[in-house]
Amino acid sequence: MIEMHDIWKTYPDGTSALQGVNVVIDRNEFVYIVGPSGAGKSTFMKLIYREEVPTKGQLSVNGFNIGKLKPRKIPYVRRNIGVVFQDFRLLPKLTAYENVAFAMEVIEASKRSIRRRTMEVLDLVGLKHKANSLPAQLSGGEQQRVAIARAIVNNPAVIVADEPTGNLDPETSWGIMKLLEEINFRGTTIVMATHNKEIVNSLRKRVIAIERGSIVRDEIRGEYGYEV
Amino acid sequence: MAMKFSTFLRHLREGFKNVLRNGWMSFASVGSIIVSLFILGVFMLLALNVDKLATQIESQVEIRVYVQLGTEQARIDEINRTIGRIPEVKKVTFVSKEEGLERLRENLDDNAKTALQGYENENNPLPDGFDVEVFDPQNVAYVAKQIQAINDANADRPIMGVNYGQGTVEKLFRITNAVRNIGLVIVAGLAIMAMFLISTTIKMTILARRREIGIMKLVGATNNFIRWPFFVEGVLIGLGGAAITSAILMFGYSQLIDTAQYDMGLMLIKLAGVQEVGWFITGTLLILGTLLGIWGSVVSVRKYLKV
Repeated sequence: MIEMHDIWKTYPDGTSALQGVNVVIDRNEFVYIVGPSGAGKSTFMKLIYREEVPTKGQLSVNGFNIGKLKPRKIPYVRRNIGVVFQDFRLLPKLTAYENVAFAMEVIEASKRSIRRRTMEVLDLVGLKHKANSLPAQLSGGEQQRVAIARAIVNNPAVIVADEPTGNLDPETSWGIMKLLEEINFRGTTIVMATHNKEIVNSLRKRVIAIERGSIVRDEIRGEYGYEV
Repeated sequence: MAMKFSTFLRHLREGFKNVLRNGWMSFASVGSIIVSLFILGVFMLLALNVDKLATQIESQVEIRVYVQLGTEQARIDEINRTIGRIPEVKKVTFVSKEEGLERLRENLDDNAKTALQGYENENNPLPDGFDVEVFDPQNVAYVAKQIQAINDANADRPIMGVNYGQGTVEKLFRITNAVRNIGLVIVAGLAIMAMFLISTTIKMTILARRREIGIMKLVGATNNFIRWPFFVEGVLIGLGGAAITSAILMFGYSQLIDTAQYDMGLMLIKLAGVQEVGWFITGTLLILGTLLGIWGSVVSVRKYLKV
């Protein structure tokens, strides 16, 4: 699913974010990426959805060689990767429904299938009744649910979630985690960067710890391992 | 890659919606287009009228040719035809010495007219001649030279003189050409100013759009897919701004013509009619407005399309 071989990433300003990362994430895995701030977690995530390109090394996602991808092909790779952020990134002037449907318009799906599928995922995230609300009218947790609905609407093979619970209170965070687990259960690979110790330690999954640009720990059903 | 028709409709719809969704920013863009095009339009009207005035003045320039006294009518007709064969010449009109005297009389006041008494008929000292009109008044000096050449080519030297207001005409053309060039420079300058004004408006809208474009890319929109609605939006804003400007300008201008011609009786300078300049001004503004709108939207998206 995701394979990194000796991945290095150095930014133009000289910052070395990743130094020789090797990792294989299989189909249908649920992986936490943990580590101190600035350790390279975000870069790790950005490489997967091709926001950044590795300086060196082999990276393949879903069978695509990301490092050698032609710019023209990037949109088509992204359609198979759902991305969820800490700050939701919804379009403020579109309703919940429109925000989700937008991801399907982009792939030129038919109007009827957009309608059907959008309502289906809004139902899955429990927001069918708020389809016509604008983001500003929704709570943080609800906005994140809309963002997750948008991420899964095109049935991506993998979801990349960069601190999806970072802005949410514990209770709402648990709701989001249940939702991600459900999505994972239905067959989608999930890679989630997080600082949330309780979640990692309670909802046990594979844990990959990154420090100073290298993987220092990789455990099946691991623990958070840092003091908050 | 061919675009689905339904996708094309979607882009049109999105473009329309974007104009409405971005309320005050669309308003600001339309506003800056109106302001720029309005100033430009006013100067274009001014330039067109100055050009019309210059053309009017220039068209009064013609060449007078005088033949030697006592030349026979047959020879005069021959010279008439020879001058008529110069390609730049539009029309040659024979002016007999009687007509010449009549013209002279018209230009004099009553007192001076009495001085002409006794010069009628056989006593008329004036030569016969021609009025020579040229297609392009700017060519009078050249045509005058050609006529002089005809004279030099004939042994009998039938032409006594060629007159086109030498010196004065050159000065007149220098002035009318300068006025035209200055008008052109001002109009070009204003067009550039309009671009700056609009690019400033765009810079403000970019910040708001950056996020939007980023999200579109994230969900896998191709660059073309992102570009289209912005393009439609640009066209709408540009066309809308230009249409409003044209309407204001043409209404204002027709009012000005009415005032100038009926209320003030300003008949000395005849303004170009609305029908005469309307299509040109409206057409230019619509094209320019649309181009400015497209340019603005394309510039604002391009920056964020680079991966």
